[in-house]
Amino acid sequence: MSFFDKLKSGLKKTKESFMGKIDAVLASFGKVDEELFESLEDVLISSDFGVPTTERIMDSLRERVKADRVTDAEVVKAYLQEEIAKLLEGESAKGLDLDATPVVITVIGVNGVGKTTSVGKMAHLYKKSGKKVLLAAGDTFRAAAIDQLVIWAKRADVDIIKQKEGSDPSSVLFDACQAAIARNVDVLICDTAGRLHNKKNLMDELAKMARVVEKEMPHARKEVFLVLDSTTGQNAVNQAKAFKDVANITGIILTKLDGTSKGGIIVSICADLGIPVRLVGVGEGIHDLQTFNAKDYVKALFE
Amino acid sequence: MAFESLSEKLQKTIKKLRGQTRVTEKDVKSFMREIRLALLEADVNYKVVKDFIANVSEKAVGQEVIQSLSPGQQIVKIINDELTELLGSKESILDLSKTPPNVIILCGLQGSGKTTASGKLALHLKKQGKNPLLVACDLYRPAAVKQLEVLGGQIGVNVYQEGTDANPVNIAKNALKQALRGLNDIVIIDTAGRLQIDEELMVELEEIKKATNPSEILLVVDAMTGQDAANVAKTFNDRLDITGIILSKLDSDTRGGAALSVKAVTSKPVKFSSVGEKMNDFEIFYPDRMADRILGMGDVLTLIDKAMEAIDLEKAEELEKKMRKQQFTLDDFLEQMQQVKKMGGISSILGLLPGVAGKINEEDIDEKKLVKTEAIIRSMTLKERRDPSILNASRRKRIAQGSGTTVQDVNRVIKDFENIKRMMKMMQGAGKKGFGKMRLPF
Repeated sequence: MSFFDKLKSGLKKTKESFMGKIDAVLASFGKVDEELFESLEDVLISSDFGVPTTERIMDSLRERVKADRVTDAEVVKAYLQEEIAKLLEGESAKGLDLDATPVVITVIGVNGVGKTTSVGKMAHLYKKSGKKVLLAAGDTFRAAAIDQLVIWAKRADVDIIKQKEGSDPSSVLFDACQAAIARNVDVLICDTAGRLHNKKNLMDELAKMARVVEKEMPHARKEVFLVLDSTTGQNAVNQAKAFKDVANITGIILTKLDGTSKGGIIVSICADLGIPVRLVGVGEGIHDLQTFNAKDYVKALFE
Repeated sequence: MAFESLSEKLQKTIKKLRGQTRVTEKDVKSFMREIRLALLEADVNYKVVKDFIANVSEKAVGQEVIQSLSPGQQIVKIINDELTELLGSKESILDLSKTPPNVIILCGLQGSGKTTASGKLALHLKKQGKNPLLVACDLYRPAAVKQLEVLGGQIGVNVYQEGTDANPVNIAKNALKQALRGLNDIVIIDTAGRLQIDEELMVELEEIKKATNPSEILLVVDAMTGQDAANVAKTFNDRLDITGIILSKLDSDTRGGAALSVKAVTSKPVKFSSVGEKMNDFEIFYPDRMADRILGMGDVLTLIDKAMEAIDLEKAEELEKKMRKQQFTLDDFLEQMQQVKKMGGISSILGLLPGVAGKINEEDIDEKKLVKTEAIIRSMTLKERRDPSILNASRRKRIAQGSGTTVQDVNRVIKDFENIKRMMKMMQGAGKKGFGKMRLPF
């Protein structure tokens, strides 16, 4: 068997779930030994938990298993679940507080993570809960991004402030803030252009946009949501760090969780950077946005 | 720069082995542990990593290494060979040998960059004298059709679309007819982003394939993708028998292990990489050079390719002559800077140079400084540009005012320029063969 063939057969079961993998591990071992730990470690790594966080979880798992003299592999599984939840719950889920309005939500992230889609879904979510929502088409760079948001505004039945493609996004935000005040809007959601976190000038632009919002709506509550694609690997940490440097990120929207990726990297981001996950995107429909709940997320990982 | 952090990591590990005269099995083991960590942190699929480590260890431990005079080098070579084998040893070009129109289908997950890549690929082929037709088959994402139309307009390539109420398979079929009428030799089909587990949409892709008999099916993969890249690529390949991969967003600071993973599980080559937001930020992917780059040897060949495209050869020769005679003026300096800009800025060039990757990060280089320098030189008279020695205090003050900078800035530019001139002199003094076309004033 060649190197490639071996690899291919090893990756046959694309759809096999996190839980399925763990069960397979447990069934083949049953006993608590070093091989069991190593296999559990592989499971975490393959879910994008990353090496440092995986080691951190495994270390405390080993310690607990040793201290409690666990001999049943099933108990190890329960412990593992608890350890992951612990890291996420340090920054336990806070839904968006909609009582204190007006609130300005700026949505940022790298290209293609699902910012515009998330903005559309959020508009629907908050409109449904009886709030007056306004959208700002701050992605003036990507071709047809404004048209895309206009369609979402129609779907969610909310107003939108836009300028033409290529205009200054800060100027769009200025207009949007003025309109939000004039129309007595509860929630202003600002879409922004996707930008790679290592492009200095584009990151500076974000800071400028934040200054405009601060100046125009000083009394409004500001939320900055970073959108992360759950298929992203370890680079998500770089993204979170770089965006945190220029913007006061108050939460994460984890998108595309309806695929096979688990977005395990958010455990590192929650634990190390202290940024909570607020919302998760689970599909392309307007309803496919849910408030994040750490317990449910961990449970879902193991189901 | 992609792979930068991985290079750093490997370099550090390799250094540990350098300078030793003998390598024990234990050394190799610890070496491999570091390689494993580096690859995992680079998002290479853990199964790919396992096999890679097993392979390299097998070759490293034992005779080959023990007998070698320079064990560190030997291991580096083995790792390099294996990495090259994983990535594919040669660049692969598009196979467009069918009777025209040749069809290229782009597919991938949502947000991987298909529509942008479609536009970039069309421009790439147009530059080679082809007459491509873009086809908008993404009817699901709002305004995706419009996006492709805007891009087509920007690059001067026709876009075939039937709005969003039609059926993607029919659109593809009709596009082929349109291509025959419009004498398009290439048809690029942009498809909707889809999860590889979305049965309905995967069937749609299979039908588009059946209806168009494509020459190429390219999977667009985000270079920042994590462990799942292997699963995604595997499924798309199983369903569609893809012919290659486009790696997008390679200009991010990702270590880009996804490139290794997808190649390993599909055995299909990465054909292109997408490296920026501009339509011409699109390159042929050179796997062998990428392996070198991972080991920190730089990507000198890519640099040369890039430079060849941008630099006017005649001007370069003229410049070389001037440099030999040491008649290099501020005007030439300006000219050089503009060519660097065409090549994608200093940071993208420096990252490709051996020994530089890993030592700089993009934030250290302020492209604004370039703009300032340009403004300063442009504020000088022609006489001043030819002979900076006439720049007295009052002239410097005038230039600073004219360029909206300070006298200090002006002094800095003049000093930089003098340094470069001195460097050139030194190089000639050392008996270097002329002044290579690739030397840049930095």
